[in-house]
Amino acid sequence: MFDNHKYIAFKTIVTREVRRFSRIWVQTLVPPAITICLYFVIFGNLVGRRIGEMGGFQYMEFIIPGLIMMSVIQNSYSNVVSSFYSAKFQKTVEELLVAPIPNYIILSGLIAGGMCRGLAVGVIVTVMSLLFSDLNIQYPAITVSIILLTSILFSLAGFINAIFANSFDDIAIIPTFVLTPLIYLGGVFYSVQLLPTFWQIVSALNPIFYMVNAFRFGILGSSDIDVRWAFLILFIFIAVLYTCCIWLLRSGKGIRT
Amino acid sequence: MTIAISIADLKKTYGNGFEALKGISLEVEEGDFFALLGPNGAGKSTTIGVLSTLVKRTSGKVQVFGKNVDTHIYETKYDLGLVPQEFNFNQFEKVQDVVITQAGYYGLPKKLAIKRSEKYLRKLGLWEKRDEQSRSLSGGMKRRLMIARALAHEPRLLILDEPTAGVDIELRRSMWKFLGDINASGTTIVLTTHYLEEAEQLCRNIAIIDDGLIIENTSMRNLLTQLDSETFILDSFTNIGNLPNVQIDGVSIRKLDDKSLEVTLSAENNINQVFIELDRMGVKVSSLRNKTNRLEQLFLSRLERNGSK
Repeated sequence: MFDNHKYIAFKTIVTREVRRFSRIWVQTLVPPAITICLYFVIFGNLVGRRIGEMGGFQYMEFIIPGLIMMSVIQNSYSNVVSSFYSAKFQKTVEELLVAPIPNYIILSGLIAGGMCRGLAVGVIVTVMSLLFSDLNIQYPAITVSIILLTSILFSLAGFINAIFANSFDDIAIIPTFVLTPLIYLGGVFYSVQLLPTFWQIVSALNPIFYMVNAFRFGILGSSDIDVRWAFLILFIFIAVLYTCCIWLLRSGKGIRT
Repeated sequence: MTIAISIADLKKTYGNGFEALKGISLEVEEGDFFALLGPNGAGKSTTIGVLSTLVKRTSGKVQVFGKNVDTHIYETKYDLGLVPQEFNFNQFEKVQDVVITQAGYYGLPKKLAIKRSEKYLRKLGLWEKRDEQSRSLSGGMKRRLMIARALAHEPRLLILDEPTAGVDIELRRSMWKFLGDINASGTTIVLTTHYLEEAEQLCRNIAIIDDGLIIENTSMRNLLTQLDSETFILDSFTNIGNLPNVQIDGVSIRKLDDKSLEVTLSAENNINQVFIELDRMGVKVSSLRNKTNRLEQLFLSRLERNGSK
Protein backbone atom coordinates (compact mmCIF):
# COMPACT_ATOMS: atom_id res chain seq x y z
CA MET A 1 0.00 0.00 0.00
CA PHE A 2 1.36 3.39 -0.98
CA ASP A 3 1.89 6.07 1.65
CA ASN A 4 -0.81 8.18 -0.01
CA HIS A 5 -3.26 5.26 0.23
CA LYS A 6 -2.41 4.88 3.91
CA TYR A 7 -3.01 8.55 4.52
CA ILE A 8 -6.38 8.40 2.74
CA ALA A 9 -7.36 5.30 4.74
CA PHE A 10 -6.32 7.04 7.98
CA LYS A 11 -8.28 10.17 7.06
CA THR A 12 -11.30 8.05 6.18
CA ILE A 13 -11.28 6.32 9.57
CA VAL A 14 -10.92 9.63 11.42
CA THR A 15 -13.69 11.23 9.34
CA ARG A 16 -15.96 8.27 10.04
CA GLU A 17 -15.26 8.50 13.78
CA VAL A 18 -15.86 12.24 13.92
CA ARG A 19 -19.03 11.86 11.85
CA ARG A 20 -20.23 9.18 14.27
CA PHE A 21 -19.89 11.19 17.46
CA SER A 22 -21.04 14.41 15.78
CA ARG A 23 -24.18 12.70 14.48
CA ILE A 24 -25.12 11.73 18.04
CA TRP A 25 -23.89 14.97 19.63
CA VAL A 26 -26.78 14.98 22.09
CA GLN A 27 -25.38 11.74 23.54
CA THR A 28 -21.68 12.47 23.14
CA LEU A 29 -21.03 16.20 23.56
CA VAL A 30 -23.91 17.62 25.59
CA PRO A 31 -24.03 15.26 28.64
CA PRO A 32 -20.35 15.74 29.68
CA ALA A 33 -20.75 19.50 29.26
CA ILE A 34 -23.82 19.52 31.52
CA THR A 35 -22.20 17.22 34.11
CA ILE A 36 -19.08 19.32 34.34
CA CYS A 37 -21.17 22.50 34.46
CA LEU A 38 -22.92 21.03 37.52
CA TYR A 39 -19.53 20.36 39.11
CA PHE A 40 -18.62 23.99 38.53
CA VAL A 41 -21.85 25.22 40.07
CA ILE A 42 -22.03 22.86 43.03
CA PHE A 43 -18.41 22.16 43.97
CA GLY A 44 -16.75 25.25 42.54
CA ASN A 45 -19.31 27.89 43.33
CA LEU A 46 -21.54 26.75 46.19
CA VAL A 47 -19.27 24.43 48.18
CA GLY A 48 -16.05 26.07 46.96
CA ARG A 49 -16.94 29.43 48.51
CA ARG A 50 -16.98 27.78 51.96
CA ILE A 51 -13.75 25.86 51.27
CA GLY A 52 -11.83 28.98 50.36
CA GLU A 53 -8.35 28.22 49.05
CA MET A 54 -6.82 24.95 47.91
CA GLY A 55 -3.10 24.67 47.06
CA GLY A 56 -2.83 28.44 47.15
CA PHE A 57 -5.71 29.06 44.67
CA GLN A 58 -9.42 29.74 44.86
CA TYR A 59 -11.18 26.36 44.99
CA MET A 60 -12.91 27.01 41.64
CA GLU A 61 -9.56 27.78 39.99
CA PHE A 62 -8.08 24.67 41.58
CA ILE A 63 -10.69 22.21 40.29
CA ILE A 64 -11.00 23.56 36.72
CA PRO A 65 -7.87 21.79 35.33
CA GLY A 66 -8.90 18.49 36.95
CA LEU A 67 -12.42 18.70 35.58
CA ILE A 68 -11.14 19.47 32.07
CA MET A 69 -8.78 16.52 32.37
CA MET A 70 -11.60 14.29 33.65
CA SER A 71 -13.79 15.09 30.67
CA VAL A 72 -10.95 14.45 28.22
CA ILE A 73 -10.07 11.10 29.82
CA GLN A 74 -13.65 9.86 29.96
CA ASN A 75 -14.57 10.94 26.46
CA SER A 76 -11.41 9.75 24.71
CA TYR A 77 -11.89 6.38 26.37
CA SER A 78 -15.59 6.05 25.77
CA ASN A 79 -15.40 7.13 22.13
CA VAL A 80 -13.00 4.35 21.17
CA VAL A 81 -14.57 1.68 23.36
CA SER A 82 -18.12 2.34 22.22
CA SER A 83 -17.26 2.90 18.56
CA PHE A 84 -15.05 -0.16 18.20
CA TYR A 85 -17.28 -2.44 20.26
CA SER A 86 -20.32 -1.35 18.22
CA ALA A 87 -18.34 -2.05 15.06
CA LYS A 88 -17.59 -5.53 16.39
CA PHE A 89 -21.18 -6.08 17.47
CA GLN A 90 -22.67 -4.93 14.14
CA LYS A 91 -19.84 -6.59 12.18
CA THR A 92 -19.00 -3.29 10.48
CA VAL A 93 -15.44 -3.88 11.67
CA GLU A 94 -15.22 -6.37 8.79
CA GLU A 95 -15.17 -3.41 6.39
CA LEU A 96 -11.86 -2.40 7.93
CA LEU A 97 -10.46 -5.88 8.28
CA VAL A 98 -10.90 -6.90 4.65
CA ALA A 99 -9.39 -3.65 3.38
CA PRO A 100 -5.66 -3.35 2.71
CA ILE A 101 -4.98 -1.19 5.76
CA PRO A 102 -2.00 -1.85 8.05
CA ASN A 103 -2.93 -2.42 11.69
CA TYR A 104 -1.11 0.68 12.86
CA ILE A 105 -3.22 2.82 10.52
CA ILE A 106 -6.44 1.28 11.84
CA LEU A 107 -5.30 1.90 15.39
CA SER A 108 -4.07 5.43 14.65
CA GLY A 109 -7.38 6.33 13.01
CA LEU A 110 -9.40 5.09 15.97
CA ILE A 111 -7.09 6.83 18.45
CA ALA A 112 -7.32 10.08 16.49
CA GLY A 113 -11.12 9.72 16.57
CA GLY A 114 -11.02 9.25 20.34
CA MET A 115 -8.75 12.28 20.69
CA CYS A 116 -11.07 14.40 18.56
CA ARG A 117 -14.01 13.67 20.85
CA GLY A 118 -11.96 13.97 24.05
CA LEU A 119 -10.50 17.29 22.97
CA ALA A 120 -13.84 18.57 21.62
CA VAL A 121 -15.43 17.97 25.03
CA GLY A 122 -12.30 19.41 26.70
CA VAL A 123 -12.69 22.62 24.68
CA ILE A 124 -16.42 22.84 25.51
CA VAL A 125 -15.67 22.40 29.23
CA THR A 126 -12.85 24.95 29.07
CA VAL A 127 -15.13 27.51 27.43
CA MET A 128 -17.78 26.85 30.06
CA SER A 129 -15.24 27.24 32.84
CA LEU A 130 -14.65 30.80 31.65
CA LEU A 131 -18.15 31.58 32.90
CA PHE A 132 -16.96 30.79 36.43
CA SER A 133 -13.33 31.83 36.52
CA ASP A 134 -10.55 33.46 34.53
CA LEU A 135 -8.11 31.10 32.92
CA ASN A 136 -4.51 32.25 32.58
CA ILE A 137 -2.50 29.39 31.19
CA GLN A 138 0.98 29.54 32.67
CA TYR A 139 2.74 26.94 30.53
CA PRO A 140 0.82 26.40 27.26
CA ALA A 141 3.26 23.82 25.84
CA ILE A 142 2.99 21.61 28.94
CA THR A 143 -0.78 22.07 29.08
CA VAL A 144 -1.28 21.07 25.44
CA SER A 145 1.22 18.20 25.42
CA ILE A 146 -0.17 16.69 28.64
CA ILE A 147 -3.75 16.82 27.39
CA LEU A 148 -2.77 15.31 24.01
CA LEU A 149 -0.74 12.49 25.55
CA THR A 150 -3.46 11.73 28.10
CA SER A 151 -6.04 11.62 25.34
CA ILE A 152 -3.87 9.19 23.33
CA LEU A 153 -3.34 7.00 26.39
CA PHE A 154 -7.02 6.65 27.26
CA SER A 155 -8.02 6.12 23.64
CA LEU A 156 -5.59 3.19 23.57
CA ALA A 157 -7.05 1.89 26.83
CA GLY A 158 -10.55 2.16 25.37
CA PHE A 159 -9.46 0.12 22.37
CA ILE A 160 -8.18 -2.71 24.57
CA ASN A 161 -11.45 -2.70 26.51
CA ALA A 162 -13.39 -2.93 23.23
CA ILE A 163 -11.30 -5.85 21.99
CA PHE A 164 -12.01 -7.91 25.11
CA ALA A 165 -15.64 -6.83 25.52
CA ASN A 166 -18.27 -9.43 24.74
CA SER A 167 -21.31 -7.40 25.70
CA PHE A 168 -22.34 -3.80 26.21
CA ASP A 169 -21.99 -4.42 29.98
CA ASP A 170 -18.30 -5.11 29.44
CA ILE A 171 -17.71 -1.66 27.99
CA ALA A 172 -19.30 0.00 31.03
CA ILE A 173 -17.47 -1.97 33.75
CA ILE A 174 -14.00 -0.43 33.38
CA PRO A 175 -15.17 3.22 33.12
CA THR A 176 -17.49 2.77 36.10
CA PHE A 177 -15.42 0.65 38.45
CA VAL A 178 -11.85 1.57 37.51
CA LEU A 179 -11.62 4.83 35.59
CA THR A 180 -14.02 6.99 37.60
CA PRO A 181 -12.56 6.02 41.03
CA LEU A 182 -9.02 6.60 39.73
CA ILE A 183 -9.99 10.04 38.39
CA TYR A 184 -11.80 11.05 41.59
CA LEU A 185 -8.86 9.85 43.70
CA GLY A 186 -6.38 11.47 41.31
CA GLY A 187 -6.52 14.88 42.98
CA VAL A 188 -9.21 16.48 40.84
CA PHE A 189 -10.99 17.95 43.87
CA TYR A 190 -8.22 18.18 46.45
CA SER A 191 -4.51 18.66 46.92
CA VAL A 192 -2.70 15.49 47.88
CA GLN A 193 -0.94 17.52 50.60
CA LEU A 194 -4.18 17.35 52.58
CA LEU A 195 -3.99 13.58 52.84
CA PRO A 196 -2.23 11.58 55.55
CA THR A 197 1.17 10.18 54.48
CA PHE A 198 -0.18 6.69 53.82
CA TRP A 199 -2.83 7.98 51.39
CA GLN A 200 -0.26 10.25 49.75
CA ILE A 201 1.79 7.12 48.97
CA VAL A 202 -1.32 5.34 47.68
CA SER A 203 -2.14 8.36 45.49
CA ALA A 204 1.36 8.19 44.04
CA LEU A 205 0.46 4.75 42.62
CA ASN A 206 -2.42 6.23 40.63
CA PRO A 207 -1.16 7.28 37.17
CA ILE A 208 -4.07 9.70 36.71
CA PHE A 209 -2.84 11.64 39.73
CA TYR A 210 0.28 12.61 37.73
CA MET A 211 -1.69 13.63 34.66
CA VAL A 212 -4.13 15.80 36.60
CA ASN A 213 -1.30 17.49 38.49
CA ALA A 214 0.84 18.05 35.42
CA PHE A 215 -2.14 19.60 33.62
CA ARG A 216 -2.84 21.78 36.67
CA PHE A 217 0.80 22.81 36.62
CA GLY A 218 0.47 23.83 32.97
CA ILE A 219 -2.55 26.02 33.74
CA LEU A 220 -1.90 27.32 37.26
CA GLY A 221 1.87 26.90 37.51
CA SER A 222 1.54 24.86 40.71
CA SER A 223 1.52 21.11 41.25
CA ASP A 224 1.89 18.40 43.91
CA ILE A 225 4.41 16.56 41.73
CA ASP A 226 7.36 17.10 39.42
CA VAL A 227 5.78 17.22 35.90
CA ARG A 228 8.69 15.23 34.45
CA TRP A 229 7.24 12.20 36.23
CA ALA A 230 3.97 12.77 34.46
CA PHE A 231 5.65 12.83 31.04
CA LEU A 232 7.67 9.72 31.86
CA ILE A 233 4.62 7.82 33.06
CA LEU A 234 2.60 8.90 30.04
CA PHE A 235 5.31 7.84 27.58
CA ILE A 236 5.76 4.46 29.28
CA PHE A 237 2.03 3.72 29.44
CA ILE A 238 1.47 4.83 25.85
CA ALA A 239 4.34 2.63 24.62
CA VAL A 240 3.07 -0.40 26.55
CA LEU A 241 -0.59 0.01 25.57
CA TYR A 242 0.25 0.76 21.92
CA THR A 243 2.31 -2.44 21.74
CA CYS A 244 -0.56 -4.40 23.31
CA CYS A 245 -3.07 -2.91 20.86
CA ILE A 246 -0.95 -3.77 17.82
CA TRP A 247 -0.39 -7.28 19.13
CA LEU A 248 -4.13 -7.73 19.71
CA LEU A 249 -4.93 -6.50 16.20
CA ARG A 250 -2.32 -8.78 14.67
CA SER A 251 -3.55 -11.79 16.62
CA GLY A 252 -7.15 -11.05 15.59
CA LYS A 253 -8.32 -11.40 19.18
CA GLY A 254 -12.07 -10.81 19.32
CA ILE A 255 -12.30 -9.70 15.69
CA ARG A 256 -11.19 -12.64 13.54
CA THR A 257 -12.37 -16.21 14.16
CA MET B 1 -4.32 -18.47 -17.97
CA THR B 2 -3.79 -16.76 -14.61
CA ILE B 3 -5.18 -18.50 -11.57
CA ALA B 4 -7.30 -16.09 -9.57
CA ILE B 5 -7.64 -18.30 -6.50
CA SER B 6 -5.45 -21.19 -5.53
CA ILE B 7 -6.25 -23.04 -2.32
CA ALA B 8 -4.14 -26.02 -1.28
CA ASP B 9 -5.03 -28.41 1.56
CA LEU B 10 -6.90 -25.74 3.49
CA LYS B 11 -7.95 -26.75 6.98
CA LYS B 12 -9.85 -24.84 9.59
CA THR B 13 -10.74 -26.01 13.07
CA TYR B 14 -12.58 -23.48 15.22
CA GLY B 15 -11.83 -22.88 18.87
CA ASN B 16 -14.73 -25.10 19.93
CA GLY B 17 -13.16 -28.03 18.07
CA PHE B 18 -15.50 -27.89 15.07
CA GLU B 19 -13.60 -28.92 11.95
CA ALA B 20 -15.10 -26.67 9.28
CA LEU B 21 -12.59 -27.42 6.52
CA LYS B 22 -10.82 -30.77 6.36
CA GLY B 23 -8.24 -30.05 3.69
CA ILE B 24 -9.80 -28.56 0.60
CA SER B 25 -7.92 -27.76 -2.59
CA LEU B 26 -9.40 -25.56 -5.27
CA GLU B 27 -8.42 -23.43 -8.24
CA VAL B 28 -10.43 -20.69 -9.90
CA GLU B 29 -9.20 -19.25 -13.17
CA GLU B 30 -9.13 -15.53 -13.87
CA GLY B 31 -12.31 -14.39 -15.59
CA ASP B 32 -14.31 -17.35 -14.36
CA PHE B 33 -17.79 -17.24 -12.88
CA PHE B 34 -17.43 -19.90 -10.25
CA ALA B 35 -20.07 -21.43 -7.99
CA LEU B 36 -19.24 -22.78 -4.56
CA LEU B 37 -22.21 -24.82 -3.48
CA GLY B 38 -22.98 -26.84 -0.41
CA PRO B 39 -25.55 -27.32 2.33
CA ASN B 40 -25.63 -25.09 5.41
CA GLY B 41 -22.54 -25.58 7.56
CA ALA B 42 -20.60 -27.29 4.77
CA GLY B 43 -17.71 -24.82 4.89
CA LYS B 44 -18.54 -22.31 2.13
CA SER B 45 -18.51 -19.21 4.31
CA THR B 46 -15.42 -20.42 6.16
CA THR B 47 -13.60 -20.74 2.82
CA ILE B 48 -14.67 -17.22 1.88
CA GLY B 49 -13.70 -16.01 5.35
CA VAL B 50 -10.19 -17.42 4.92
CA LEU B 51 -9.84 -15.77 1.50
CA SER B 52 -10.91 -12.42 2.89
CA THR B 53 -8.75 -12.88 6.04
CA LEU B 54 -11.73 -12.66 8.39
CA VAL B 55 -11.15 -16.29 9.36
CA LYS B 56 -7.71 -17.50 10.44
CA ARG B 57 -6.90 -20.80 8.81
CA THR B 58 -5.44 -23.71 10.75
CA SER B 59 -3.22 -24.85 7.87
CA GLY B 60 -2.96 -24.80 4.10
CA LYS B 61 -1.85 -22.37 1.46
CA VAL B 62 -3.95 -19.63 -0.14
CA GLN B 63 -2.95 -17.54 -3.14
CA VAL B 64 -4.84 -14.78 -4.91
CA PHE B 65 -3.66 -14.02 -8.46
CA GLY B 66 -0.47 -15.93 -7.74
CA LYS B 67 0.35 -14.03 -4.58
CA ASN B 68 0.47 -15.60 -1.17
CA VAL B 69 -2.08 -14.00 1.16
CA ASP B 70 0.44 -14.11 4.03
CA THR B 71 3.36 -12.48 2.29
CA HIS B 72 1.45 -10.11 -0.01
CA ILE B 73 -1.28 -9.08 2.42
CA TYR B 74 -2.15 -5.70 0.97
CA GLU B 75 -1.90 -6.61 -2.74
CA THR B 76 -4.14 -9.65 -2.31
CA LYS B 77 -6.64 -7.68 -0.25
CA TYR B 78 -6.73 -4.96 -2.88
CA ASP B 79 -7.54 -7.52 -5.58
CA LEU B 80 -10.51 -8.80 -3.66
CA GLY B 81 -14.02 -7.44 -3.15
CA LEU B 82 -16.29 -9.16 -0.66
CA VAL B 83 -20.07 -9.25 -0.45
CA PRO B 84 -20.77 -11.08 2.80
CA GLN B 85 -23.89 -12.98 3.74
CA GLU B 86 -24.86 -10.68 6.61
CA PHE B 87 -25.36 -6.92 6.35
CA ASN B 88 -22.15 -5.50 7.77
CA PHE B 89 -22.30 -1.82 6.90
CA ASN B 90 -23.11 0.99 9.28
CA GLN B 91 -26.89 1.18 9.13
CA PHE B 92 -26.83 4.80 10.32
CA GLU B 93 -24.63 6.01 7.47
CA LYS B 94 -26.11 7.48 4.33
CA VAL B 95 -26.16 5.09 1.38
CA GLN B 96 -23.52 6.96 -0.62
CA ASP B 97 -21.31 7.41 2.45
CA VAL B 98 -21.19 3.62 2.92
CA VAL B 99 -19.62 3.27 -0.52
CA ILE B 100 -17.36 6.33 -0.24
CA THR B 101 -16.04 5.24 3.16
CA GLN B 102 -15.16 1.78 1.87
CA ALA B 103 -13.43 3.33 -1.14
CA GLY B 104 -11.43 5.45 1.30
CA TYR B 105 -10.29 2.34 3.15
CA TYR B 106 -8.83 1.17 -0.15
CA GLY B 107 -6.99 4.47 -0.57
CA LEU B 108 -9.17 6.01 -3.28
CA PRO B 109 -9.04 9.81 -3.31
CA LYS B 110 -12.33 11.46 -2.37
CA LYS B 111 -13.13 12.67 -5.91
CA LEU B 112 -12.65 9.21 -7.37
CA ALA B 113 -14.56 7.63 -4.48
CA ILE B 114 -17.55 9.90 -5.17
CA LYS B 115 -17.36 9.10 -8.89
CA ARG B 116 -17.23 5.35 -8.26
CA SER B 117 -20.05 5.50 -5.74
CA GLU B 118 -22.22 7.26 -8.31
CA LYS B 119 -21.27 4.76 -11.01
CA TYR B 120 -22.18 1.69 -8.99
CA LEU B 121 -25.15 3.12 -7.12
CA ARG B 122 -26.64 4.09 -10.48
CA LYS B 123 -25.92 0.68 -11.98
CA LEU B 124 -27.54 -1.03 -9.03
CA GLY B 125 -30.57 1.26 -8.97
CA LEU B 126 -29.72 2.95 -5.66
CA TRP B 127 -28.74 6.41 -6.83
CA GLU B 128 -32.10 7.91 -5.88
CA LYS B 129 -31.58 6.58 -2.36
CA ARG B 130 -28.04 7.95 -1.96
CA ASP B 131 -28.93 10.47 0.77
CA GLU B 132 -31.09 8.11 2.81
CA GLN B 133 -29.88 6.28 5.89
CA SER B 134 -28.95 2.79 4.81
CA ARG B 135 -31.11 1.20 7.50
CA SER B 136 -34.18 2.53 5.68
CA LEU B 137 -33.42 0.39 2.61
CA SER B 138 -35.28 -2.83 1.89
CA GLY B 139 -33.46 -6.17 2.19
CA GLY B 140 -32.85 -6.37 -1.55
CA MET B 141 -31.52 -2.82 -1.66
CA LYS B 142 -29.17 -3.53 1.23
CA ARG B 143 -27.77 -6.50 -0.70
CA ARG B 144 -27.23 -4.30 -3.75
CA LEU B 145 -25.58 -1.68 -1.57
CA MET B 146 -23.10 -4.30 -0.39
CA ILE B 147 -22.32 -5.15 -4.02
CA ALA B 148 -21.78 -1.45 -4.85
CA ARG B 149 -19.54 -1.14 -1.80
CA ALA B 150 -17.48 -4.19 -2.79
CA LEU B 151 -17.00 -2.82 -6.30
CA ALA B 152 -15.96 0.68 -5.25
CA HIS B 153 -12.26 -0.12 -5.65
CA GLU B 154 -12.95 -2.22 -8.77
CA PRO B 155 -11.39 -5.47 -7.59
CA ARG B 156 -10.20 -8.16 -9.98
CA LEU B 157 -11.97 -10.79 -7.92
CA LEU B 158 -15.47 -10.43 -6.50
CA ILE B 159 -16.68 -12.93 -3.90
CA LEU B 160 -20.39 -13.04 -3.18
CA ASP B 161 -21.72 -15.06 -0.27
CA GLU B 162 -25.39 -15.70 -1.02
CA PRO B 163 -25.98 -12.29 -2.62
CA THR B 164 -29.58 -12.94 -3.59
CA ALA B 165 -30.82 -14.47 -0.34
CA GLY B 166 -34.26 -13.04 0.39
CA VAL B 167 -34.37 -11.09 -2.85
CA ASP B 168 -37.52 -11.32 -4.99
CA ILE B 169 -37.29 -13.04 -8.35
CA GLU B 170 -37.49 -9.89 -10.49
CA LEU B 171 -34.70 -8.23 -8.59
CA ARG B 172 -32.69 -11.45 -8.52
CA ARG B 173 -32.78 -11.61 -12.31
CA SER B 174 -31.65 -8.00 -12.62
CA MET B 175 -28.78 -8.79 -10.25
CA TRP B 176 -27.86 -11.80 -12.41
CA LYS B 177 -27.73 -9.51 -15.41
CA PHE B 178 -25.55 -7.04 -13.53
CA LEU B 179 -23.17 -9.75 -12.29
CA GLY B 180 -23.01 -11.23 -15.79
CA ASP B 181 -21.97 -7.84 -17.14
CA ILE B 182 -19.34 -7.38 -14.43
CA ASN B 183 -17.95 -10.83 -15.24
CA ALA B 184 -17.99 -10.10 -18.97
CA SER B 185 -15.91 -7.00 -18.30
CA GLY B 186 -13.18 -9.23 -16.84
CA THR B 187 -13.93 -9.51 -13.12
CA THR B 188 -13.57 -13.01 -11.74
CA ILE B 189 -16.62 -13.92 -9.67
CA VAL B 190 -17.01 -16.57 -6.99
CA LEU B 191 -20.54 -17.11 -5.83
CA THR B 192 -22.16 -19.16 -3.11
CA THR B 193 -25.88 -19.58 -3.32
CA HIS B 194 -28.74 -21.79 -2.29
CA TYR B 195 -30.59 -20.98 -5.50
CA LEU B 196 -29.20 -23.67 -7.78
CA GLU B 197 -30.98 -22.15 -10.76
CA GLU B 198 -28.83 -19.08 -10.14
CA ALA B 199 -25.61 -21.10 -10.22
CA GLU B 200 -26.74 -22.94 -13.35
CA GLN B 201 -27.63 -19.69 -15.13
CA LEU B 202 -24.49 -17.78 -14.21
CA CYS B 203 -21.56 -20.06 -13.48
CA ARG B 204 -19.18 -21.82 -15.80
CA ASN B 205 -17.43 -23.89 -13.16
CA ILE B 206 -18.58 -25.35 -9.92
CA ALA B 207 -17.38 -26.94 -6.72
CA ILE B 208 -19.64 -28.69 -4.26
CA ILE B 209 -18.44 -28.67 -0.69
CA ASP B 210 -19.90 -30.93 1.96
CA ASP B 211 -18.80 -31.56 5.51
CA GLY B 212 -15.57 -29.62 4.98
CA LEU B 213 -14.53 -31.48 1.83
CA ILE B 214 -14.84 -30.77 -1.89
CA ILE B 215 -16.95 -33.58 -3.31
CA GLU B 216 -17.28 -32.26 -6.85
CA ASN B 217 -15.18 -29.78 -8.82
CA THR B 218 -15.84 -29.52 -12.52
CA SER B 219 -17.36 -27.38 -15.24
CA MET B 220 -21.09 -26.78 -15.13
CA ARG B 221 -21.45 -28.40 -18.56
CA ASN B 222 -19.63 -31.53 -17.44
CA LEU B 223 -21.65 -31.80 -14.32
CA LEU B 224 -24.97 -31.47 -16.11
CA THR B 225 -24.04 -34.20 -18.58
CA GLN B 226 -23.68 -36.53 -15.63
CA LEU B 227 -27.44 -36.53 -15.09
CA ASP B 228 -28.71 -40.12 -15.39
CA SER B 229 -32.21 -39.02 -16.20
CA GLU B 230 -34.25 -35.90 -16.62
CA THR B 231 -37.89 -35.26 -15.85
CA PHE B 232 -40.02 -32.83 -17.88
CA ILE B 233 -43.51 -31.50 -17.54
CA LEU B 234 -45.32 -31.31 -20.89
CA ASP B 235 -48.45 -29.21 -21.27
CA SER B 236 -50.99 -29.95 -23.98
CA PHE B 237 -53.32 -27.60 -25.94
CA THR B 238 -56.19 -30.01 -25.57
CA ASN B 239 -57.43 -32.59 -23.10
CA ILE B 240 -55.17 -35.61 -23.15
CA GLY B 241 -57.79 -38.24 -22.37
CA ASN B 242 -56.33 -41.66 -21.50
CA LEU B 243 -52.64 -42.00 -20.63
CA PRO B 244 -50.77 -42.32 -23.96
CA ASN B 245 -49.14 -45.71 -24.38
CA VAL B 246 -45.68 -44.57 -25.48
CA GLN B 247 -43.33 -47.53 -25.94
CA ILE B 248 -39.78 -46.17 -25.90
CA ASP B 249 -37.02 -47.83 -23.88
CA GLY B 250 -35.87 -45.63 -21.02
CA VAL B 251 -38.92 -43.36 -21.13
CA SER B 252 -41.75 -43.35 -18.63
CA ILE B 253 -44.84 -41.18 -18.80
CA ARG B 254 -47.28 -40.24 -16.06
CA LYS B 255 -50.45 -38.23 -16.46
CA LEU B 256 -50.61 -35.33 -14.02
CA ASP B 257 -53.99 -33.90 -15.06
CA ASP B 258 -56.12 -33.55 -18.18
CA LYS B 259 -53.65 -31.20 -19.84
CA SER B 260 -50.22 -32.18 -18.55
CA LEU B 261 -47.85 -35.12 -18.50
CA GLU B 262 -44.72 -35.94 -16.59
CA VAL B 263 -42.07 -37.52 -18.81
CA THR B 264 -38.89 -39.06 -17.43
CA LEU B 265 -36.21 -40.05 -19.88
CA SER B 266 -32.77 -41.52 -19.38
CA ALA B 267 -29.59 -39.78 -20.58
CA GLU B 268 -29.47 -41.89 -23.78
CA ASN B 269 -32.94 -40.83 -24.90
CA ASN B 270 -33.99 -37.97 -27.09
CA ILE B 271 -37.02 -35.86 -26.24
CA ASN B 272 -37.84 -35.60 -29.97
CA GLN B 273 -38.78 -39.29 -29.95
CA VAL B 274 -41.35 -38.54 -27.27
CA PHE B 275 -42.80 -35.60 -29.22
CA ILE B 276 -43.15 -37.71 -32.34
CA GLU B 277 -44.92 -40.51 -30.46
CA LEU B 278 -47.25 -38.11 -28.66
CA ASP B 279 -48.06 -36.30 -31.90
CA ARG B 280 -48.89 -39.64 -33.50
CA MET B 281 -51.36 -40.26 -30.67
CA GLY B 282 -52.96 -36.85 -31.12
CA VAL B 283 -51.38 -35.08 -28.14
CA LYS B 284 -50.28 -31.60 -29.18
CA VAL B 285 -47.59 -30.30 -26.79
CA SER B 286 -47.84 -26.57 -26.12
CA SER B 287 -44.96 -26.16 -23.68
CA LEU B 288 -42.18 -28.03 -21.92
CA ARG B 289 -40.25 -27.40 -18.70
CA ASN B 290 -37.92 -29.23 -16.35
CA LYS B 291 -39.72 -30.62 -13.32
CA THR B 292 -36.84 -29.72 -11.03
CA ASN B 293 -33.70 -27.74 -11.67
CA ARG B 294 -31.11 -30.05 -13.23
CA LEU B 295 -28.34 -28.83 -11.02
CA GLU B 296 -30.53 -29.35 -7.99
CA GLN B 297 -31.00 -32.98 -9.00
CA LEU B 298 -27.24 -33.43 -9.29
CA PHE B 299 -26.51 -31.49 -6.13
CA LEU B 300 -28.81 -33.69 -4.08
CA SER B 301 -27.45 -36.89 -5.63
CA ARG B 302 -23.85 -35.85 -4.84
CA LEU B 303 -24.75 -35.02 -1.26
CA GLU B 304 -26.58 -38.32 -0.94
CA ARG B 305 -23.57 -40.15 -2.32
CA ASN B 306 -21.38 -38.34 0.21
CA GLY B 307 -23.67 -39.46 3.02
CA SER B 308 -24.77 -35.93 3.91
CA LYS B 309 -27.81 -35.68 6.14
